[in-house]
Amino acid sequence: MSASVEAGSLPAAQDIRPWRVWAGGGAAGLAWLAAAGIVLAWPDIDEYGRTELLGGVAAAVGLLLVAAAMAGAPGPVARLRPAGPWLVALAIGLIAWEFVTAKLDLLPRPFFVAPQALLEVFTDDYAKLGESVLHSLLLLIPGYLLGATIGFVTGVAMGWSRRVGYWAHPVLRLIGPLPATAWLPIAFFAFSTSRQASTFLIALATFFPVAVLTWSGVASVAGSLYDVARTMGARPWFLIRKVAVPAALPSVFVGLFMGLGSSFSVLVVAEMMGVKAGLGFYMQWSQGWAAYANVYAALLVLAGMCTGLVTLLFRLRDGKLAWQKGVVRW
Amino acid sequence: MVNPIGLRLRGIHHAFALKEQDLPVLEDVDLDVRPGGSVALLGPSGCGKSTLLRLVAGLEPPRRGTLEADGAPITGPDPSRVLMFQDPTLYPWRSVRANAALGLEARGLIRTEGGRVDDALRLVGLHEFAEAYPHQLSGGMAQRAALARALVNRPGLLLLDEPLGKLDSLTRLKMQEELVALWQREGFTTLLVTHDVEEALLMAERVLVFSPRPARVVSEIAVDRPFPRHRDDPHLVALRREVLETLGLREAA
Repeated sequence: MSASVEAGSLPAAQDIRPWRVWAGGGAAGLAWLAAAGIVLAWPDIDEYGRTELLGGVAAAVGLLLVAAAMAGAPGPVARLRPAGPWLVALAIGLIAWEFVTAKLDLLPRPFFVAPQALLEVFTDDYAKLGESVLHSLLLLIPGYLLGATIGFVTGVAMGWSRRVGYWAHPVLRLIGPLPATAWLPIAFFAFSTSRQASTFLIALATFFPVAVLTWSGVASVAGSLYDVARTMGARPWFLIRKVAVPAALPSVFVGLFMGLGSSFSVLVVAEMMGVKAGLGFYMQWSQGWAAYANVYAALLVLAGMCTGLVTLLFRLRDGKLAWQKGVVRW
Repeated sequence: MVNPIGLRLRGIHHAFALKEQDLPVLEDVDLDVRPGGSVALLGPSGCGKSTLLRLVAGLEPPRRGTLEADGAPITGPDPSRVLMFQDPTLYPWRSVRANAALGLEARGLIRTEGGRVDDALRLVGLHEFAEAYPHQLSGGMAQRAALARALVNRPGLLLLDEPLGKLDSLTRLKMQEELVALWQREGFTTLLVTHDVEEALLMAERVLVFSPRPARVVSEIAVDRPFPRHRDDPHLVALRREVLETLGLREAA
């Protein structure tokens, strides 16, 4: 996120010297061209199906970066600028990876895979991977939304009503810290399908942090904020909806973030233990065939999915809590 | 113009329940305010004046004694009696306009009476900042926004709990004048809590001086001068000396 902020301030500097060559981009472009040269010219130790494609992609990236560096103009190129050192490091990493695997075969083979082997998974098995992502999302999202909703309502009720707090607090205190995966044997026994069991576990994992942080957020709302509304004729329902909930929202989002993290962990475990679909299952299944390239590819996709969902949640938070930031918005 | 509210308080006792014992804060307080009148409650910090305002606002009931607004007992909060706090207590997640609209929203009048919000913002000079958020306002502007939020309810009684206490001195002087002008024009009853003698004498028809906690009324001073008043008016200067002596601050006078 900070990268985009820096990039946003760059065009102004560019206006003063519009044709400055982007040195970092040039270095990155040359590094990628070098990587392409090594991939294509140095013979592989074994037969790999996607060596030409990998070399071509690296060459294309290198050429584009060199062109961008020469142009040096503001616009989309300027946004890449902060990434310069990373682009160089990635090219060097690719070269090193090529040498220890495909080119010199220094690392034991089934566990360590060559970049072209990983690329091959994406080019050949993208349909299965995409389907797995879809299955994972379809399992995760209903469970997460269910847990978040129940957790939110429970937290508000506990923070608002002393009686609810009296009954709910000990239960939450006993059950909450228990990892949701500990319920796995019971859940798969108690529910008729593994999908229901997994949804229950994901909801449980999300529920606890959302409930606790919503509760603490509502409980810590300053009494004067209620007094203001009460003196103007507000009823309890108005105080909950228009005072308690908005005031607790920053804390609620922390709970939603933490709940998302635990829901990922339950999702993967559930898919490895019982559900016969999704990225967790894909990884488990590939590992059974010693197809480690597929395991790594699925891991990469899973990382992308998780970070994407967290980013989505943060976007939502930034939208809802715009008032909290120091940014002037009219 | 609004319907100003008259107040009648008799034998008010109040105490805070602490862990071990009760801490008495108000002792046998009587108070009458005529409809449209302006009374200042003056006393040392923490003496219990603010508690008296909370009782009149109906936010809590007294331990003993009767409170009546226009002859009817006060049993709870009512939008006709609006309390303005020392802190603006604006909702940080609402714009100035949405903050000012709070009372109408709470009573479900926002659709029909929504125009009152902008009227109130114009009255306090904040209409150009209607879309701003509280963190973007200065202390004086935030307190003006809180005033607009109170005025939207067309209160018959405005309860002011040291509303200018945290402002810088120039803003404070300006807002004293504005509040007096507003009171004269709109006609609501005003009950002002302050620990600033000069402020009490500038803004109120009558000044009640309270003792340190538990608060009792130790003297009552009628300030028989027309509004707007000037702080260097010799009559006010003499009264100021008298009040300070009552408070035991002979040297300061």
